Amino acid sequence: MMGARSRRIWHRIKPQTFLVYLGALLLLLWTLAPAYWLLASAISPSHELVAYPPHWFPDNPTLERLQAIIGSKMLRASSMQTMAAPAAFFRRAILNSAIVASTTTLLCLGLGSLAGYAFARLRFPGRGFLLILPLALQMLPPIALVIPLYSLVQALGLIDTLAGLILVYPSFLLVYVVWVMTGYFQNIPEELEDAARVDGCSRLGAFFRIVVPLSTPAFFSTGLLTFLLAWDEFLYALVLTSARAKTLPVAVGEFSTQFGIDYGMMMAGGLLASVPPVIIALLFQPLLVRGLTTGSIKG
Amino acid sequence: MRVRGLQGSSPISWKGRPPEFRREARFAYALIMPSLLLMVGLIVVPFFYAFWISLHRVNFLFPGRPFIGLENYVHMTTNQDFWASVGRTIYFTAVSVVTQTVLGIAIAQLLNKPFRGRIIVRTLLLLPWAIPTVVNGTLWRWILDGSTGALNHLLLQLGLIKHNVIWLGRPFLAMNMVILGDSWRMLPLYVIMFLAGLQAIPEDLYDAARVDGATSWDCFRYVTLPFLRPVILVVLILRTLQTFRVFDIIYVMTRGGPANGTMVITFLTYFTTFKFQNFGYGAALAFFIGITTLGMAWVYIRTLRGREEAL
Repeated sequence: MMGARSRRIWHRIKPQTFLVYLGALLLLLWTLAPAYWLLASAISPSHELVAYPPHWFPDNPTLERLQAIIGSKMLRASSMQTMAAPAAFFRRAILNSAIVASTTTLLCLGLGSLAGYAFARLRFPGRGFLLILPLALQMLPPIALVIPLYSLVQALGLIDTLAGLILVYPSFLLVYVVWVMTGYFQNIPEELEDAARVDGCSRLGAFFRIVVPLSTPAFFSTGLLTFLLAWDEFLYALVLTSARAKTLPVAVGEFSTQFGIDYGMMMAGGLLASVPPVIIALLFQPLLVRGLTTGSIKG
Repeated sequence: MRVRGLQGSSPISWKGRPPEFRREARFAYALIMPSLLLMVGLIVVPFFYAFWISLHRVNFLFPGRPFIGLENYVHMTTNQDFWASVGRTIYFTAVSVVTQTVLGIAIAQLLNKPFRGRIIVRTLLLLPWAIPTVVNGTLWRWILDGSTGALNHLLLQLGLIKHNVIWLGRPFLAMNMVILGDSWRMLPLYVIMFLAGLQAIPEDLYDAARVDGATSWDCFRYVTLPFLRPVILVVLILRTLQTFRVFDIIYVMTRGGPANGTMVITFLTYFTTFKFQNFGYGAALAFFIGITTLGMAWVYIRTLRGREEAL
C-alpha cells in the first residue's frame, strides 16, 4: 500500500538513482553472502548444517568449535572424541602462522628498508639494474622455484620447521618491501638529514635517527601488507612442512585428508584464519588501498 | 610504482670519480648486500638450478641421476597432458581476467557515483580479498557441495532447480566454478585499482561533455575509457601474470579434478614433482612456467617504464 506522499517520493526518484541503489544492494549481497556463510557454518551445530530446508540462521548457534580450537573451554565428554584432535591441529597451525608471518615481516622490513635507503639516497654503479632486475625476478611464481628451494631447505635440515619457512618467505616479500620503501624515502626531504650530518651524525646515524622515525607510517602500512601476504602463503608451506610446522592455510587445505569432511570444523578453522586479515582490512582500509594501488603485488 | 631515476638517467660509472664517490658506493653496497644475497640465493640460483635439474632424470622410480639433455623438454612438448594443461591455464586466466576487469570497471563506476551509504559499501568491499585464498577455496567448495551445499539449497528453495547439481563434478563446469570462487575474492582488487583511476579524472571534463549534450554512454566512451586506458593496460598485464600462477584455490576446490578438468599447468607441475616424485620432468615444467613469466614480466616492465605516470 502506497500513500500519496510516498508515491510522490517515488516519482521524484530518477531511474538512474534507483539503478545506483539497486547495484549497490546487489554488490553488498554478493560481497556479504559468502562471508556470512563462513561465519554461520562455523557456529551452526552439525545437524543444522545439512538440514533441508536449510537453516540460513542457525536455531542453536554454538561457539563450541571455536572454543575448542582456541582452547578456552574444556570440551564436553561427548564432543571430546570428535573435536579434540582437529582443534589441537588448528591451534598449533594458528601459532605457527603467527610466528612465521610476523618474523618474516620484521625481517623483510629491516633488510628491505636498508636497501631501500641506499636506492633512494645514494649514487652507485649498477643502481638502475639492481632496482629493475628483482622486479622481474619477483614475478617468478613460487611453483617455478619450489623444487630447488625444497632441495635447499632439505640440505639445511630445515624441512618441517618454522625456520625453513622464515628463510624462504623473503623470496616473494622482500622485493616489494624494497620498492615501497625506496619510493617513500625519496619523498623525505634530504635537507633534514643534511642538518643532522652537519651536527656530526653519521650517514647510518641520520638514517636511524631521522629517516626511520619519519617513515613510521610507511613501515606500518608496508608491514601490514607483508604480513597479509605471508599469512596467506600456501604452496611453500604445503611442500616444506609435513606435520609440526604446518601453517594455517595448510591446516585448512589439508584438513579433509586428515580428519575427513567436516565442513563445520573446516569453516571454524577458516573463520579464525580470516579474523586477523579481515580486521586489518577493515580498520586500515585506506592504507591498504594506497599500498595496493601504488605497488604491484600479488593479489 | 613511482620510483624516480629509472628513466632517462644515464648509467653511473666508476671512471674519474673522487674518493667520496667510492665511499658512498661502498656504503650503498653494504646496505643492499643482505637483501641482494637473499634475492640471489632464493630466486636467481633456484631459477637456474631448476633448469639444471630439468636436464637430468631425477625420478624415484629409477636409481641414479643421469644427465639426459633436453629429453624432459622433448617429452613435455610432445605430451598431450602438457598441452591440455596449457589450454586450461589460458582458459582460466583469460576468462578470469576479462570477467573481473569488466565487472571491476562497472563496480568502480558505481562506487564513484555519490549515494547514501557509499562509505559502508566501499569499506566492506575489501572483505572478500582479506579472506585467505585457501579459506576462500574451502568456503566455495562447501557452498558448491553437491548434496548439502548452500547454492543447491538456495536454488532448490527458489524452485530454480529440481535436483541437486554436482557443481564440481563435471570438468568444464568445475573449471568455471573455480573461476567463480576466484572472482569473489579478487574482484575487490580490480575495483580499487579502477576506482583510483576514475578518481584521477577531472570532474569538469564530464561537465564540459554534458554541456555539449553527451549522454552517459558518450561520457563513458569518450572521457572515462580514454583516461582509464593506461590503468586498464597495467591491470590486465599484472593480473594476467598473477592469475596464470593459480594454484591454491585449485588445490582446495578440486585438486585438478574431476577428470583433470582443472589440471592447470602449476598443478600439473606440483603433481608431477611431489606426488609422482618425477623431479626432473617437474623441474622442466617449472622452468617453462618461469620463462613464460619472465617474458610477460618483461612486457609489463616495459609498459610500466613507458607510462611511469600510469598508476
